[in-house]
Amino acid sequence: MSNSTQETESPVQSALLDSTTMQTPQQYIGSYWMRLRSGELGSLPIILGLVLIALIFQSANQNFLTPRNLVNIVVQMAGFAVIGYGMVFVLLLGEIDLSAGYVSAVGGVTTAILLRDSLMNPALSWIDWWNVIPIALAITTAIGFLHGFLITFFQLPSFIVTLAGLLAWNGVVLLIVGDGGTVNIQNPVVRNLASEVLPPIWGWIIIGAFVLLVTLLEVTTARARQKAGLRAKPPTIIVAQFALMSVAGAFIAYLFNINRALNETAPPQAGMPVIAAIMLLLLLLLTFILERTRFGRYVYAVGGNKEAARRAGVNVERIRVLVFMLSGLMAGMGGIVLASRLKSVATDAGGGNLLLYVIAAAVIGGTSLFGGRGKVVSAVLGALVVASVENGMGLLNLSSGIKFIITGLVLLAAVVIDALSRRQQQASGRR
Amino acid sequence: MSGNYSGTPLLETKSVSKHFGAVQALTRVDFDVFPGEVVALVGDNGAGKSTLIKGIAGIYGFDEGEVLFDGRRVHIHNPRDAAALGIEVVYQDLALADNLDVVANMFLGREWNDGVAPTTGATDSARGAFRLLRNLLPLTEIEMEKRAVSTLNELAVTTLRSVRLPVAALSGGQRQSVAIAKAVLWNSRVVILDEPTAALGVAQTRQVLNLVRRLAERGLGVVVISHNLHDIFEVADRITVLRLGHKVTTFLRKETDQKEVVHAITAGKLGTVPGMSS
Ligand SMILES: Nc1ncnc2c1ncn2[C@@H]1O[C@H](COP(=O)(O)OP(=O)(O)O)[C@@H](O)[C@H]1O
Ligand SMILES: [Mg+2]
Repeated sequence: MSNSTQETESPVQSALLDSTTMQTPQQYIGSYWMRLRSGELGSLPIILGLVLIALIFQSANQNFLTPRNLVNIVVQMAGFAVIGYGMVFVLLLGEIDLSAGYVSAVGGVTTAILLRDSLMNPALSWIDWWNVIPIALAITTAIGFLHGFLITFFQLPSFIVTLAGLLAWNGVVLLIVGDGGTVNIQNPVVRNLASEVLPPIWGWIIIGAFVLLVTLLEVTTARARQKAGLRAKPPTIIVAQFALMSVAGAFIAYLFNINRALNETAPPQAGMPVIAAIMLLLLLLLTFILERTRFGRYVYAVGGNKEAARRAGVNVERIRVLVFMLSGLMAGMGGIVLASRLKSVATDAGGGNLLLYVIAAAVIGGTSLFGGRGKVVSAVLGALVVASVENGMGLLNLSSGIKFIITGLVLLAAVVIDALSRRQQQASGRR
Repeated sequence: MSGNYSGTPLLETKSVSKHFGAVQALTRVDFDVFPGEVVALVGDNGAGKSTLIKGIAGIYGFDEGEVLFDGRRVHIHNPRDAAALGIEVVYQDLALADNLDVVANMFLGREWNDGVAPTTGATDSARGAFRLLRNLLPLTEIEMEKRAVSTLNELAVTTLRSVRLPVAALSGGQRQSVAIAKAVLWNSRVVILDEPTAALGVAQTRQVLNLVRRLAERGLGVVVISHNLHDIFEVADRITVLRLGHKVTTFLRKETDQKEVVHAITAGKLGTVPGMSS
C-alpha cells in the first residue's frame, strides 16, 4: 500500500527550517519592497499625499503650516478619526455603516440635552459630564446593536439597514433638538473637551511614552521570536524606526508647545490638545484589539472569507453585531467631540459631509472597501488628510461648489488607489 | 497499511438521510472509516457526497439515522461539535481566508491566547462573558507559529517560503497542503477531504496525495472525495460508491478495478441500490 509514499523517505528539506536564521536588514527591506510591488502599499500613498497637500496649501497660503493652524487641523480631524475607528472595523468585515454620521449626532444631542435639562429640572440635577457621557455612549452602542441585529437576524445588507438608520436617526435628532434649532453646551468639561490643552510637559511625556511603548513592543517581540527560532525583525531596522519616530515625535511635541497666541499681548497658548491624547489612546487600544486578540483576528477572517470563518467555528453573526456596536460606540464618542468643538448641537448635526469624510478617512488611510484589508491607524491618517484638505480649502476661501468637487476627487483618488492595489495583488497571485 | 476491519470503526453513519425541500439528497446511507485507512467516497455530481460529509461535519444535521464515533452514538450539531470529537474537514472550496497568513489560517477559530496548548481538537469551553474576555487576551503568536512550522515539517510540506505570507500568495497545491495541515494540527482522528486535487496540476496532485497517505500512516481515518479514479486507486484502501443519494456498495481497492467502480458509479448494479430493486 505504500507505493505512493516512497518519495517521503528522503530527508525532509524544509524552507521553513532555515527561517531560524536571522534576517538581515537588506532582506527585510527587500521583502518590504516586494510587498510594495505586489500592491500592499501600507501607509506609503498617504504619506506622499500629505506631503503634497502641505506643499500645495502652503504655497497658496502661508498660514497653512503655522503651529496654530496645525493644531486646528488636529482638533478638526479628531471627530472624523474617532468615528472612523469604528468605520474601519465595519469596512474590514466588508460591510458599511451609513448611519455613523447621524448616530454620532444622537450621541452629541443626548449629551447636550441631558446637560441642559439638568440645569433646569431638579429631578435631573444628578446629571454631570461623567455620567452623561456613558449614558450617551450606551445609547449609541445600543443603536449599533440594533443595526447589527437587524442585519444578522433578517440577513439584510448593511447598506440598506444603515441607510434606513441614516434617515431615522436624522429624524430623531431633528425631533430632539426641536424648534429651538440649537442646544448650547454649558458644562465646562464637555464644552472644553475639544479645546482644552495639556501642560507642555505632558505633550512630551505622552508622545515619548507612545514612542517608547511601540519600540519596546517591537524589541520584546523580536527577541522572543529570535529565542523561539523564528524569523525576527533585524535590530538595525528597529533602531532606525525608533530614531525616525523619535524625531517625528519630538517635532510634533515641539509644535504643540510653541506659543500659538495670535499676538504678543494675548495670553500665551501652548500645549498638546487633550483630544489628541484621547485619539492616540484609542488608537493604541483599538489596534491592540484588532491585531492582537481573537476578536480582531475574527474580524479579519470574516472580512476575508465569511464561510471559512464560519466553518472554523467562528460565530460570524456575533462578530458582526459586535462590530456594529463598536461602530455605534465610536460614533457616539466622535459625536461628543464634534459637539464640544461647536460648543452646541444644532439641527444639522451629523449631516453635511460628515459621513462622507469618515468613510473617506478610513479608505484614504488604506482600509479597503472590499473587506479584509486595513488597520485602525488608517482612520487617523485618513482623517488627517481629510481635515487638512478641508482646513486648507477654508483658508483659501474657496466656494462650497469647489470644496465639494475637490473632496469628491480626493475620495475618488483613494478608492482608485484601493482598487489598483487590489488588482495588483490579484495579478501577483493574491486573492 | 490497510485498516483493520474487525474492530470498531472510528466513524460510522447508520442509515442517515437528508433532504433539501423536494430533493432527497441522501437515503439511509451506511458509511464507515477505520483508523489508519483511506476511504474514497465516489459518485457522480449530485450523488450526495458533499451532503454526507457536511452532515458528519455538523454543517447541518441529518434528518434521520445516527452517527457513531468510536462505537458510541454522538450528536453533532455544529462544526465545533465535530472538531471536539476530532473530525476535521478540508472543504472543496478550501475554506481558507485569503487575507490571513498561513499561521492565522491554521489556527482560525482556535487561536491560542494563554500560551497553553490544548491537548485535543476541543475548542475553548469557557462560557459567556468569560469567553468574551478570553477573546480579548493577547494571542500567543510565537507559540502558534512554532507549532504551525513543526506540523508543516512533520507532514513534509516543504515548498512554503514563509508561514507569514497571506495564503492568497500561495499556489493551489500549497494552499491545499495548508488546509490539510490545518486539519491535523488538532490531534484530529478523522480527516475528510472534499476533492483535494480537483484544481491541481500533476506535481501538486502528487504532493497532496502523498500527504493524504501520510495522514493514514499516522493512524488517522481519512475520507477522500474525488472524481479522479486514478488518484483514488493510488491512495485509497476502500472505495464507497454513492449514486442518487443511495450507497451502492463499498469495494476493497485490492479486489476491484477502475472498470468495476465506473460501472457502480454510473448505470450498473441497479439491483443493489436499496429502494430501487424491483
Ligand atoms: N444546500 C442545498 N440546498 C438544496 N439542495 C441541495 C443542497 N446541497 C445539496 N443539494 C442537492 O442534494 C443533492 C446532492 O448534492 P451533493 O451532496 O452536493 O452532491 P455531490 O457532492 O455528490 O456532487 C443534489 O441534488 C444537490 O442539488
Ligand atoms: Mg460536492
